Amino acid sequence: MSAAEILWQNVRPLFGALPVTLEVLGLLLVIGLTLGTVLAFAQAYGRRPLRYLCIGYEQLFRGIPPLVVLLFYWGVLQSFDTPRVLVAALALGMRSAAYQSQIFRGAIQAVPPGQMMAARSLGMSRLQAIRSVIVPQAFRLAIPPWTNEYSSVVKDTAFICVIGGLIDLTRQALMKVAPLSMRRPVGTQLILPYLIILGLFYLALTYGGNGLLAMLERRMRIPGFEMKGKVER
Amino acid sequence: MNFFEFAGSVLPRFLGAVGITLELTAVGIGAGLVLGLLLALTRVYANRVVSGIANVYIQFMRGTPLVIQVLVIYFGLPPYFKAIGLKPLSSLAAGCLAMALNSAAYQAEYIRGAIQAISSGQMQAARSMGMTKTQAVRHVILPQALRIVLPSWSNELIYTLLYSSTVYFIGLEELSYASMKIAAKSGRVLDSYIVAGVMYLILVVFLSRVLAYAEARLRIPGLAIEERAR
Repeated sequence: MSAAEILWQNVRPLFGALPVTLEVLGLLLVIGLTLGTVLAFAQAYGRRPLRYLCIGYEQLFRGIPPLVVLLFYWGVLQSFDTPRVLVAALALGMRSAAYQSQIFRGAIQAVPPGQMMAARSLGMSRLQAIRSVIVPQAFRLAIPPWTNEYSSVVKDTAFICVIGGLIDLTRQALMKVAPLSMRRPVGTQLILPYLIILGLFYLALTYGGNGLLAMLERRMRIPGFEMKGKVER
Repeated sequence: MNFFEFAGSVLPRFLGAVGITLELTAVGIGAGLVLGLLLALTRVYANRVVSGIANVYIQFMRGTPLVIQVLVIYFGLPPYFKAIGLKPLSSLAAGCLAMALNSAAYQAEYIRGAIQAISSGQMQAARSMGMTKTQAVRHVILPQALRIVLPSWSNELIYTLLYSSTVYFIGLEELSYASMKIAAKSGRVLDSYIVAGVMYLILVVFLSRVLAYAEARLRIPGLAIEERAR
């Protein structure tokens, strides 16, 4: 068998494992987005004790590596028969919520306070003002930093294979590396291109998603109302 | 054994692991800074071809997980090393190299952003005073750019610390791997991850404080560069 054939034989299973990575990614983004939004509003509009609670949550999750969070959640939830995909998504999603809430809070606070006063003086209730004046603007401001957070969590999904029995892209590739190195004479030299192909899967996810989000940003853009995104991890 | 007795009994092993974690962080951020600075200068001042190559490197490193980069260096490269008569890397060396190469790409982007944030008039003024381009970059552009970059750089340091846990995948006993080992051996899974988590938090808080202090010390009054907090 030629080197290319051996390589393809090992790359094919990666497509089979891709849905697991995608499921976790989708689910964690939903969890992170929902919880992140709640935390952001609680911090922007909540009372002081609530605000401190949210800050505590953020500091906690931003100070522990995703790997350890995953191991911890797996340790807790293993005995409750929770689906592995859900455990992974919950662990990374709650971590991402901490980052997303910062993004959303920043965006809410970037809307000038005069807007709220103006809305209130027009007779809107506070809730109406938030819904119809603040959020539409904050949402647009949040897209560029949210894109960075998206790239960041795509890469974090490579950690989910520390959960035993969860066969995602990275685990699938790791399972193929040892048998690959057994194949003489070219096997060991194929590990490098194989891992680079694995990298291309993730590269496609990050840049594909970034492209879609950039499109969303352009679609939603109101001329004369822009904020530049920052370079972030 | 209650939690604190357990924590006390495993503390020595954890502290050894913290040493490895800090080593990875220090090499990653330090070597990453040197390489990142070179990459950033290349991106801004080199000709289009060289700058393009640097950009491809940066985008590739920023677009793929560190896990894969570690695996590439530890499993992917050694067969080729052998072919040219080099010894394979130890897991610590491979981990450090991966951390540095990865962090360099991120730092390059931060530094490039900072260099470009400095108005082009500064370069023109320096040149018209008779400075060479290199002198201008060294004495005018970089002292300002590196101050601007400090807040993002603090974030990068924290990231490097947290993501040093990635070498878990090549079995190097830093904090995360040690906690997994101890969890498996003692059976106290949650307790041992809690100890690891607390240690990471302590390190993060400590390093953030140190950097906030450094930032305050290095600030030049009147040089109003708006801080870009995360």
